[in-house]
Order: sequence, then structure tokens, then C-alpha cells
Amino acid sequence: MIGRRILTASLACAATFSVAFASGTVAPDKVEIVDGALELSLTGTPGDPVEGRKTFANRKLGNCLACHAISDQKEQLFHGEVGPELDGVADRWSEAELRAIVVNSKELFSEETVMPGFYSLDVGVNVRKDLIGKTILTAQQVEDIVAYLTTIKE
Amino acid sequence: MKKFGKVGAVLVTLGALSAVALAGGPVDQQLVIDGEIEMITRTEAPDGHPLDEVISGWHYRTGETRALEADTFENPGMLFVEQGEAAWNKIEGTEGKSCASCHGDASESMAGIGAQYPKWDADSGKPINVELQINKCRTENMGAEPLPFDKGGQKELTAYIKHQSLGTPVSIDLDAGDMQSWWKKGEEVYYTRTGQLNLSCASCHEQNNGNYIRADHLSQGNINGFPTYRLKQGALVSVHNRFRGCIRDTRAEFPAAFSDELMALEVYVTWRGSGLSVETPGVRQ
Ligand code: HEC
Ligand code: HEC
Repeated sequence: MIGRRILTASLACAATFSVAFASGTVAPDKVEIVDGALELSLTGTPGDPVEGRKTFANRKLGNCLACHAISDQKEQLFHGEVGPELDGVADRWSEAELRAIVVNSKELFSEETVMPGFYSLDVGVNVRKDLIGKTILTAQQVEDIVAYLTTIKE
Repeated sequence: MKKFGKVGAVLVTLGALSAVALAGGPVDQQLVIDGEIEMITRTEAPDGHPLDEVISGWHYRTGETRALEADTFENPGMLFVEQGEAAWNKIEGTEGKSCASCHGDASESMAGIGAQYPKWDADSGKPINVELQINKCRTENMGAEPLPFDKGGQKELTAYIKHQSLGTPVSIDLDAGDMQSWWKKGEEVYYTRTGQLNLSCASCHEQNNGNYIRADHLSQGNINGFPTYRLKQGALVSVHNRFRGCIRDTRAEFPAAFSDELMALEVYVTWRGSGLSVETPGVRQ
């Protein structure tokens, strides 16, 4: 049911967003988080956990380590403490929930959360001109991070 | 007299601890400059403040950085304060005057003054900060050009003037003129989420002070140490430059220096640090 709606949406938007977002990919304004979960892949291409691990740490991409500590990345010198530690995160959340958290955590937690939406156009005011209408991560980068997070079990 | 606790060592081991949560928080230590000037770096928040206690950014820095500020001889910012002193005495403009021509010895005429800015300026009908007051004196009394933002000795002269208030608690007059509405506008700016990262000043400095954001230990973002010496840049950093940097880091366009938006923010953020000693030039990483 949910999957079907997203699939239709992704087809519909392929035309409108063909420049900014690859076809077959769900555009950020067409993503529908239902009951705190996003069942279907944003791209249809399985995420790569090895890439996801890198994107998670990369300061220019996810920079998830800015706010979260994670034992799996001990080689990284600095881990933040703004958000909760992510050890065992896949025991607490399903893949669909993890996808929803990374896409737009405000849908799960609250409008007040400081965690940015990584595949969302629900952003702050005065966005830097060259970033208007763009998301922090691409759909595939989100899938890669989700694939990585699902490996984080205790 | 210069005795420093070993608290800083805890922070140095950060890398080794990695995923272990640190809950750093402000370091418990007292700042006494040159073993003489007892600084107020923690104090009860003024009425209506969202936090219970107002804490200087000094408490969030490493032991080495804190030690640099505690000794005026070692404080690298003092070199720029000396340059500010030279600027104070330099004759400029068509009237053949320097700051000293009107104000004499800054250690007397400017004592405690920097702690009261921003102030209401009836002429412009706006709040004015030290930088803009310097420009007002230059254009109206010296027949000189206003200094452009962060240039021509503006940071040095501002630091020199503020340094004359070293130790004096920050206290601004919000009853003067229309200061209340500027305070209110500043509060709005403070809580507005900006940029692609969708963060406000409060996201980092109110909700998360004491926490690490990657390698940075978040403080309350008070401005009692400005212009501040930043070790990373090896230079003085002005208040408006710091504001713009933090806004830019949310991936947002940032307002012009001395714009109404940033002046309002300066009024509001100064108030948030009410009661803290002026530390100029503070030392930060
Ligand atoms: C600016 C801070 C910040 C950044 C950057 C950030 N997060 Fe978060 N994250 C949080 C906060 C805060 C929470 C807790 C939710 C709340 O209470 O608001 C959270 C919660 C989470 C949770 C749920 C954790 C649990 O155990 O319940 C996951 C999963 C997560 N984040 C993943 C990520 C990933 C993956 C990235 C990078 C792509 C990321 N976060 C980037 C602040 C951040
Ligand atoms: C993404 C997080 C983040 C946001 C949002 C942010 N800051 Fe900062 N800010 C920092 C970090 C990191 C530092 C350096 C560590 C410290 O002093 O807190 C800093 C430092 C400062 C300082 C220097 C404090 C000192 O003691 O020298 C001031 C002042 C400041 N910020 C004000 C602001 C204001 C005002 C806003 C909103 C317009 C803002 N910040 C938004 C992260 C942020």
C-alpha cells in the first residue's frame, strides 16, 4: 500500500525533476513518511554499506559523527555528543525507520530536533543560494547510510 | 600565583576515548588574570533568561587555551591591543585629531565603558556598538573616513577600548530609547533556524552547550571576550565576523556586518551574557 504510493509518486516526478534528481529516484518533496517509516528504497538500487560508512564520517557529506558517537568508527578521532550514541542502532530501529530518520528526522522525533533532514526540503530560512532546492545527501547516499546503519547491531 | 588545575588533561584524552560519551560541560576553575584580576566567568542569569547560569566561553576551552588568557603577557591578543593603542593616539582626518585629542588617557576615560555597549544612539535611532561609535567619532569629530568592517585597525581599536573594561561585568541599558524592540528582534534572530542544516543559535548554544560537536566543545556563545583572539586564525575575530561564521556554518546566506539584523542580535546576545566580566581579548581555539 505504502510502497505503491511512493512508487507512483516517483514515476510522476521523474519528468518534473529530471534535471535535479535522477529518474527512478523519489524526489525529496514526494517522499511520504508513514507512521515513522519509509519502507521502499529511494532509488531501487541497494545501498552500499561500505560507501555508507564513509559518507557517515565525511564532514562534507553526512558528517553524522559531528553529533553522534559510534564505536564502529573508532579510527575517527572526534565523535560528537549532540545526539545519542548509535551503537546497536539497528536493534532499536527497523530499516524503514532508519531510512525515515535520515531522510527527515523531524517526522519521527519532533519539529524541535536539531538533527537535520538529509533528504528533505523542509529547511531553515536564507538557505545558501547555490543550495536552494537541493538536499544535503543524494538519494543513493541516503540508501548507502541506511545500509550501513542496518549493520550496527550489538 | 598562576596555578592551573589538571582539568584540561581530561579533554586532551578525547581522541582515545572515541565513542565513549564525554558530557564535557564547563570546566570548574576560576579565571584570575595575572594573579590579580578576579574575573566573573559564571554568574546567575538575569530575569527572563532561558538558562539558570551564564557561563563564559573560557570554561569550555582546553587547559592550555585557558592558561593563555590568564596571563596578559602570554595572551597573543595583547599584541593587537597594543596596535589599538597606537591607533588611539594616531592623528587622522581633516580636523587634525586623534581619539586621544578628545578622550585623553583611555585607561581613565574608557574604563568600564566597553561593558555598556551596544548603547542606544538617539542620533541614528538605533543601537550602536563600539565599532560604530568609533566610526561616528571619526566622521563627526575627526573629519576622517569611517573604517570598513574588520579593516583599518577597527578590530584592534575596538579591542583596546574594550580591554579598558577588563573585569567589569557586562551591563547594557535596555530601558534607553527603543532598545526593548531591538532586544526582541534579536531574540527572534537567535531562535530562527537558518540554512540547509536548519539550525538556530539556540540549537547549538542553548540546547547543546557543554556537548562536543565533533571536535568543538560548544559554549553558550557569549560575547564578553570580543574581539577575541582565535588560535586557529592567529588573529582577532570581531563579534559580527563570529556571528556571520556561525550562520554560514548552517549553510545559509549571512547578513551584512552592522546590518539591523546583526545589531539586534548583538544587543540580545550581549544581554544573554549579562554579569560576565569583559575578557577582551579573550583567547579561543
Ligand atoms: C546536528 C546534529 C545531528 C546530526 C548532524 C545528525 N544527527 Fe542523528 N540525531 C541527532 C539528535 C539530537 C537525535 C535525537 C533525536 C531527538 O531527540 O531530537 C538524533 C537521532 C538519530 C537516530 C536515532 C538514534 C536512536 O538511537 O534513537 C539515528 C539513527 C540518527 N540520528 C542517525 C543520524 C545519521 C545517519 C546522521 C548523518 C547522516 C545523523 N544522525 C546526523 C542529531 C544529529
Ligand atoms: C552548528 C552549530 C552552531 C550554530 C548553529 C551556531 N554556532 Fe556559534 N559556535 C559554534 C561552535 C562550534 C563555536 C566554537 C566553540 C564555542 O565557543 O562554543 C561557536 C562559537 C560562538 C561564539 C564564540 C564564543 C566565545 O566564547 O568566544 C559566539 C559568540 C557564537 N558562537 C554565537 C553564535 C550565534 C549568535 C549563533 C546564531 C546566529 C550561533 N553562534 C550559531 C557552533 C554553532
